[in-house]
Amino acid sequence: MAPLLVVGLALCLSGTWAVDKGNFKTCEQSAFCKRQRALKPGESPYRALLETMELTNTRLTLQLINDNNKVRLLLELYRLQGNITRVKINELKPLKPRYEVPDVLIREPTTEPLSVLSQDENGVVLSLGVESQRVIISARPFRLDIMEGSDVLMSLNSRGLLAFEHLRMQEEKVEDGMWEETFKSHTDSKPNGPSAVSLDFSLPGVEHVYGIPEHADTLRLKTTDNGDPYRLYNLDVFQYELYNPMALYGSVPVMVAHSAQRTTGIFWLNAAETWVDISSNTAGKTVFGKMLDYVQGSSETPQTDVRWISESGIIDVFIMLGPTPKDVFSQYASLTGTQSFPPLASLGYHQCRWNYNDQEDVKSVDAGFDEHDIPYDFIWLDIEHTDGKRYFTWDPHKFATPKEMLQGLMDKKRKMVAIVDPHIKVDSNYKIHNEIRTLGFYVKNKDGGDYEGWCWPGSASYPDFTRADMRAWWASMFAYDQYEGTMENLYTWNDMNEPSVFNGPEVTMHKDAMHGSWEHRDIHNLYGLYVQMATAEGLIQRSGGVERPFVLTRAFFAGSQRIGAVWTGDNAAEWDHLKISIPMCLSMGLVGISFCGADIGGFFKSPSTELLVRWYQAGAYQPFYRAHAHLDTPRREPWLFGPENTALIREAVRQRYTFLPYWYQLFYRAHVTGEPVMRPLWVEYPQDLATFAVEDEYLIGRDLLVHPVVEEGARGVTAYLPGKDEVWFDVHTFQKHNGAQNLYIPVTMSSIPVFQRGGSIIPRKLRVRRSSTCMEHDPYTLYVALNLQRTADGELYIDDGHTFNYEKKEFIYRKLTFANKVLSSVNHAPDAKFTTDSWIERIIVLGASKPSKVTLKTAGKCLI
Amino acid sequence: MSCQFLLLLLLSVGVSAVEVQRPRGVPLSKRQFYEEGKPFTCLDGSRTIPFDRVNDDYCDCQDGSDEPGTAACPNGSFHCTNAGFRPTFIPSSRINDGICDCCDTTDEYNSGATCQNTCRELGRKERESLQKMAEIAKEGFLLKQQLIHEAKMGLEDKKAKLGDVQGSKKDMEAKVEALRTVKESAEQPEREAKERHLKAWEDQKALIQKEKDSARMAEVFLELDDDADGFVSVPELLSHSELDPDADGSFTEAEAQGLLGGVDKVDTVAFESIWSNVKEKYMSESNADTPAPEETSREEINEPVSDNESDQYPDDDIPEDEDDDDEEDEDDDRDEHDYKIPPTARTEEKKDDDEGAMPPYDQETQNLIDAAQKARDEFDEAERALREVDDQIRNLEKEISFDFGPSSEFAYLYSQCYELTTSEYIYRLCPFNRVTQKSKFGGSETNLGSWGKWAGPEDSIYSVMKYEHGTGCWQGPSRSTTVKLTCGKETVVMSTSEPSRCEYLMEFTSPAVCQEPPSLEISSHEHQEL
Repeated sequence: MAPLLVVGLALCLSGTWAVDKGNFKTCEQSAFCKRQRALKPGESPYRALLETMELTNTRLTLQLINDNNKVRLLLELYRLQGNITRVKINELKPLKPRYEVPDVLIREPTTEPLSVLSQDENGVVLSLGVESQRVIISARPFRLDIMEGSDVLMSLNSRGLLAFEHLRMQEEKVEDGMWEETFKSHTDSKPNGPSAVSLDFSLPGVEHVYGIPEHADTLRLKTTDNGDPYRLYNLDVFQYELYNPMALYGSVPVMVAHSAQRTTGIFWLNAAETWVDISSNTAGKTVFGKMLDYVQGSSETPQTDVRWISESGIIDVFIMLGPTPKDVFSQYASLTGTQSFPPLASLGYHQCRWNYNDQEDVKSVDAGFDEHDIPYDFIWLDIEHTDGKRYFTWDPHKFATPKEMLQGLMDKKRKMVAIVDPHIKVDSNYKIHNEIRTLGFYVKNKDGGDYEGWCWPGSASYPDFTRADMRAWWASMFAYDQYEGTMENLYTWNDMNEPSVFNGPEVTMHKDAMHGSWEHRDIHNLYGLYVQMATAEGLIQRSGGVERPFVLTRAFFAGSQRIGAVWTGDNAAEWDHLKISIPMCLSMGLVGISFCGADIGGFFKSPSTELLVRWYQAGAYQPFYRAHAHLDTPRREPWLFGPENTALIREAVRQRYTFLPYWYQLFYRAHVTGEPVMRPLWVEYPQDLATFAVEDEYLIGRDLLVHPVVEEGARGVTAYLPGKDEVWFDVHTFQKHNGAQNLYIPVTMSSIPVFQRGGSIIPRKLRVRRSSTCMEHDPYTLYVALNLQRTADGELYIDDGHTFNYEKKEFIYRKLTFANKVLSSVNHAPDAKFTTDSWIERIIVLGASKPSKVTLKTAGKCLI
Repeated sequence: MSCQFLLLLLLSVGVSAVEVQRPRGVPLSKRQFYEEGKPFTCLDGSRTIPFDRVNDDYCDCQDGSDEPGTAACPNGSFHCTNAGFRPTFIPSSRINDGICDCCDTTDEYNSGATCQNTCRELGRKERESLQKMAEIAKEGFLLKQQLIHEAKMGLEDKKAKLGDVQGSKKDMEAKVEALRTVKESAEQPEREAKERHLKAWEDQKALIQKEKDSARMAEVFLELDDDADGFVSVPELLSHSELDPDADGSFTEAEAQGLLGGVDKVDTVAFESIWSNVKEKYMSESNADTPAPEETSREEINEPVSDNESDQYPDDDIPEDEDDDDEEDEDDDRDEHDYKIPPTARTEEKKDDDEGAMPPYDQETQNLIDAAQKARDEFDEAERALREVDDQIRNLEKEISFDFGPSSEFAYLYSQCYELTTSEYIYRLCPFNRVTQKSKFGGSETNLGSWGKWAGPEDSIYSVMKYEHGTGCWQGPSRSTTVKLTCGKETVVMSTSEPSRCEYLMEFTSPAVCQEPPSLEISSHEHQEL
């Protein structure tokens, strides 16, 4: 939810529906961004002092000097395992320590030795060990080039935009916004003065860059020359606008660059407010212009230039050198971890609304799903379920007997999620508040008192989640004896964790608030990650470490993928919002966050029936599948739109449930490898230029291609089926289509186009029941789709669906292969052990002719 | 169609029918289609299969009919006999899912779920509740008959009353007309007498004014005549810059001369002829500092106005608050009222005071006025009475023509209100008028909708009332309330809820909705079914 009370009223007066942009800063209004952006490309004032170079087994260090002010920086260069280069730049002798982001890297990365290939007074050439990769450090001006063979893969400071505002005593001569900055009615005292850092990267041969979520924008990032840079600063944006670079709820400072030759990534590990500029030498050129260049032999190679600017901290950048998309995913995963492995049930359908009014309401909605035979796994409670917005409590009238309610759901093998936000009502009769205050766990304001802001409960304080002891305490609050009325089928939702502060600057916390000795400025984008981390830890602990947690968050950062699910926040019931949910989740997937979804139907406003149905159909093929609606919208449970539409929605949700085994094993893979579950076409077809900007369709795993219908009154869609030698089977009709073509597909309201790739085997469960848990012991149907070589392969992963026992190798993982008219199943994990009541009841082979005889063999023995 | 084939891999769960007569999950009515040992034809006729493939936990028929007792078919259904209670069908997907659906436990034969047979208990409860409902319906229906009777009587009363009132209206109209004539004939002499009096007063005022003016003229002449030579000269005039005709800041000799009628100086006689040029602008030398009178009046505007208000704006101007005016309207009225207070009212009076009050009317005139006032009062009184009668007629007509149900059984609800107090609010339903909500802890009333229409389904249109166009919601529609009526001995609001934002639902019992209870034979037949 957004800060409806504050901003909402203002909007009410002006009567508009769009975001109030005036509440949020442009680069021009953000003093450091304005200062940094005023620097234009040119010769860098920085020089490498080669005589200071030290090379140890794990790293190279070198001093840089700014010839204008003689301030020295220390450059550290690491070669990391898995084709990653890390570059760290800090002040050599800062006045006081500068913030380095903790808790995001899963461990100190493993280094590999570097060696000097050659050195003279102009620079040093280092070997990166593998594949003839080298780093060239040029001394005057300082620059870094990463080469492979004769190709430059990436250059740093090639445009001379390295800037490092050193910490200083306040001088006489004060530039505007350096020691104090005012935005609207808020003044940011800046006791540390200017502290911004900036660096530019050049990517020769690259025309497509992706990532740096969260923005409501296209999958392929745009150049920012004619507007604001992309902004990364976790904010609660009321009624956000589409197709612009404004900041949203979460930030992952990771960019992925892709060309037909290579995929690379840049991970800028900084949690302060960050802006990213993108420019390209081909951006302005038309296709004809490019052809002309080619014909005329113009030698200019396409190049994308990127520049990162952060308000404080240090430069700590990981350059992931690919070369394939999947290499970049695993490189990034090796640094920040992989997607958490969610409980199977959380991949089912979630029914949410702000708010289900009381226990009776919950009961009748639950009964509605049975009456209309629509499966669901989770019903959600928003903020109104609490006793006066005091989280960890229940409204004594409306939710007087929560355990009874939870037991009722448990009897149907269903679950519930209740919201727990990080703002804590300031109320001396509230246990949680009293304890946090007594323990001194609140974030402090600049004068040392507990920071107070305005949020749902009125006056609220914010626990300092950056403290490990605070997080441990928070986690302990989820114990069944602490969080009264809870049971094991109650899970948690963290909203408003940007953090949202209704009366704060840009609806968030003051940058001069203090987290111990660090300013909020330094840690801002990390806050939401910590909230979710502590909450998930609480859910794990309450089960004695047995059960996997499920926690949904709105704010996130690099590493949030390890914890739980993310949704795209407060969208609206508009066709364009349905459309943008695809690139928004794809962008998150590219930077590790696979468990992504948008509010089905749209949060604000009321969807037309057609939009609602289309959204259910699209959402069935996105990772996190939850319907949600604003308090002031009319009810929209699936059966409220007439029997015909109820049937359409039922069918969409049932399709989701038949594919749950596939979703589940993709999440297992994502958990193991870091590959996104929902992925852009180019990830699987990296050489096919036609796929590079596609964002109206996508792949789930490698084998399902989905083209949602996102236009009102659509009679058909044009889908691009990739792969020159591929065939694709319509999952509804089994019709076969050839790859590498644009295909017009007529559509009706009954479904959206989904295709299974020839060459794949997808396990499904066709016995759709009330909830995924009810389907646990049901048999599988294997969909074997043959390619042109009449082969196919796939996997089947089975475990208990909810515990960490898979870590103890309690699972079944089989590799399925179809070749020479034989489908064989080989144990993929011979050391793993698990038994299931499920069986394979049916095998459907697509693209084969009717067999004359079928035999079944096991261990060489012929059964039938 | 592409090539596909289905392959049955494993037959796992064996079939063990609970009842000898028919396969598991088959209702009695379809028993004949499932004949042990004979090939089974899917009920849609699409296919025939050997009988051992019925209930073998693999779906063969598109319509699911070969698996009535397993969960194998996505579209199948399972029949629970539920002996002791109502037989029912459940979707096949609920067989062996670990959740007890059939009260006879037959749906969970292989899931390990431990279900209790609750059919007897449920049957007993249902019979009890049916019986209770039947009793209520019976008593309610009797009450309804009474209500219908009362409504009929009431209607007749009202019609009779309407006739009476319409009759008396004619008399009253005649009376109003007669009194109007009386009033008008009394007002004529009153007006003339008043005019006479006023004219005399104005003449006198003019005289006084004239005298005042002459006195002031003389005073001014003396003031202007600085050298006391009996003449006002150009230089003497020039010291009074406020007299500058074009007020351009420079008062020239030529302009002064112009004021004096083209000569250099004037004596008292000649001054009289130019006095009018001077008197408006002239500022006395002695009290040049006194503030302008307008300022005084402006201050007065801010004074609280109370007594005068009612005189100036008689009650007739204020729209009478009708019953269904909601609270915001009242607010609006108050606001308008404030705006109406005229800023100049008191100022004018004050001016009159300056010139002395009008002398009281002489006795003769006063008598005429009193007589006219009496006639006016009597006329107003008669007219008001007529208006009241009109209102009465309107209300009666409205009530008579109102749709109170097929037999006017809902008529007794008219102009009644029923309350329900919840933990937070007091809800108030005034049937055929409106629904309101008020916080228990004070605050203003919220209109949840005014009477809209009967809105039940076609076959029972009088089972639902709809109240619409209540107070608007933020970003939402205006509030509305659906009232569901059920049979009850008493007329009570049973519950309220807000299933959707600003859309309220009220459950309301009344004998008026009770249907004639089915005859005894039918109900005993029903019991047999149970």
